[in-house]
Amino acid sequence: MSDILISPALKKTSLRLCGATEDSAFARKLLIFVALLFLLLFLFAPLVVVFIEATRKGLPAFLASFHETDALAAIRLTLIVAAISVPANLIFGLAAAWAIAKFSFPGKSLLITLIDLPFSVSPVVSGLVYLLVFGAQGLCGKWFSAQGIQIIFAVPGIVLATIFVTFPFVARELIPLMQEQGTVEEEAALTLGASGLRTFWTVTIPNIKWGLLYGVLLCNARAMGEFGAVSVVSGHVRGLTNTIPLQVEILYNEYNSVAAFAMAVLLASLALVTLGLKTFLEWKYADALSGRSRRH
Amino acid sequence: MQKHGFSIKIEGVAQDFGAFAALRNVSLEIKPGELVALLGPSGSGKTTLLRVIAGLNAPDRGRVLFDQEDATYLPVQDRKVGMVFQNYALFKHMTVADNIAYGLKVRPRRYRPSKTEITRRVEELLRFVQLEGLGSRFPGQLSGGQRQRVALARALAIEPRVLLLDEPFGALDARVRKDLRRWLREVHQKTGLTTIFVTHDQDEAMELADRVVVLNEGRIEQIGTPEELYDRPASSFVISFVGEAVALPVTVADGHVNFAGRELHIDTHGLPSGAAKVFFRPADITVASKGNGEIEGRVESIRRTPAGVRATIAIEGYDQTLEIDSPIDQAASLGEKIPLSFTKARVFPADVPDFDDIADGI
Repeated sequence: MSDILISPALKKTSLRLCGATEDSAFARKLLIFVALLFLLLFLFAPLVVVFIEATRKGLPAFLASFHETDALAAIRLTLIVAAISVPANLIFGLAAAWAIAKFSFPGKSLLITLIDLPFSVSPVVSGLVYLLVFGAQGLCGKWFSAQGIQIIFAVPGIVLATIFVTFPFVARELIPLMQEQGTVEEEAALTLGASGLRTFWTVTIPNIKWGLLYGVLLCNARAMGEFGAVSVVSGHVRGLTNTIPLQVEILYNEYNSVAAFAMAVLLASLALVTLGLKTFLEWKYADALSGRSRRH
Repeated sequence: MQKHGFSIKIEGVAQDFGAFAALRNVSLEIKPGELVALLGPSGSGKTTLLRVIAGLNAPDRGRVLFDQEDATYLPVQDRKVGMVFQNYALFKHMTVADNIAYGLKVRPRRYRPSKTEITRRVEELLRFVQLEGLGSRFPGQLSGGQRQRVALARALAIEPRVLLLDEPFGALDARVRKDLRRWLREVHQKTGLTTIFVTHDQDEAMELADRVVVLNEGRIEQIGTPEELYDRPASSFVISFVGEAVALPVTVADGHVNFAGRELHIDTHGLPSGAAKVFFRPADITVASKGNGEIEGRVESIRRTPAGVRATIAIEGYDQTLEIDSPIDQAASLGEKIPLSFTKARVFPADVPDFDDIADGI
């Protein structure tokens, strides 16, 4: 690569430089080999093991794992939690990114730091915080239980913990994108007579849709797979407050490895689908961002 | 195309951005159908003023009137201003035709033209901006000049009361710029719209505009026709920013101008005594006959310019050079001492910074 940039006058030295890089060809191959081996051992092999273990006692046993009422309840709960927390974070993330990218206000840098907080705090800690605030003896928990609403060890707590943990995904994806785009297209729409809402739907959203989708995808994958924070607030009530990751742990601790891995297959498949979509979006999204014409 | 322009009146408009005063007490009247340039260096407030007229900025003080009607707090959507943004701000995800149709499509149902009418208007505008057949392209597939035409067509589609352009030629290369300048002038003549454009390029302002508003540090320095600005600059900033000028430090005492111990015969226009600066245009300095010069200088260099000959003269006894456009016999005069006189000169107080002082500070 580097020799393309070197002028003919420097060719003599560049040849020597090439020699230097050629010497390291062995090192380069070694590095690639090590990296691939590492990936194979620590990422690919476990993934394969998940699928093998799940079908070790044959396909019928694998499929039977999904007929368990507890398993179905866990799947349903996971879907419900994702169905609430992902749209919630879509709205929060969009609002936060909008505020940060398009306005200047005091406390803006604090807000940017706070958005990242869920990434820097251990999920277990965030779960514990919710436990303290909304638990039976907690600050808000007392009031809620007086109203007959249980938050901790119930679905609302799981949803809250999931929303907290997955908050940064959408916002972080959108902030740099919206900052780069600025407000000029929106201003153009306003001068042409469009209302604020109309401008949002016809100008802002189309400009950020790929980034938004990408953020939602990552947010969803995390919402369905979150273990730490959810584990603290769920109480592990079978058939009621167990999400798929929690169900996997329970089944595994009971030495029911086929059922545990069968559930794990769901999460692993979700990860693979997410990865596939993410790669596709990255390709598509890079194209949209570059400002060149779009494929049809 | 409609043939009606609105008048615009700006009364005592001021706007601060934190501690920075972008506009200070700006008043301006623009006649219907006039083509006006807002000219100034960066940070002079010209774009802020344009945005106040567009309704994109609300001024802290003052009023904006469209045809005697107070529009200061009229929402941007209701102002009917056609705005062409600096980098055009085309909607990247829409075709050229959809970009142009946008302002018509977002109208409330009552005022919205029918689909076929919108298509017809878009076709008409594409023809008007000489982009027929490019309606299905995306902005990313167009050249800079074509994008600018789309931006203009989109702004004209809403049948605006005024046309506002922010640095309309800023992002284009020199040749395209020249063509578009001429073309914008034509557009203005055809539409008859009151048109205001912002520029930092004095040539652009002088060539295109009926009147030029020179802004500096949030204030209007002068409003006038290109001729007035050039021939009768109102301040040291205007003479140094508009056209070329050289400044010599002088002192004024009782209506007499002194430069390096010699008196210069210049009308001070009642300037009070004290330190001052005298400004010359290169074209206003001539070589005098022996003994009749007001100042003396040594010819340092002579070079050809497209317009004629440009000589650099070092002033005797003073560390200063002048540029003059005057026929000098090249071989005879290089390095020679020559007497100079001037046909025109302007004196301004020395304590007001001119453009060169400001530019040095940047």
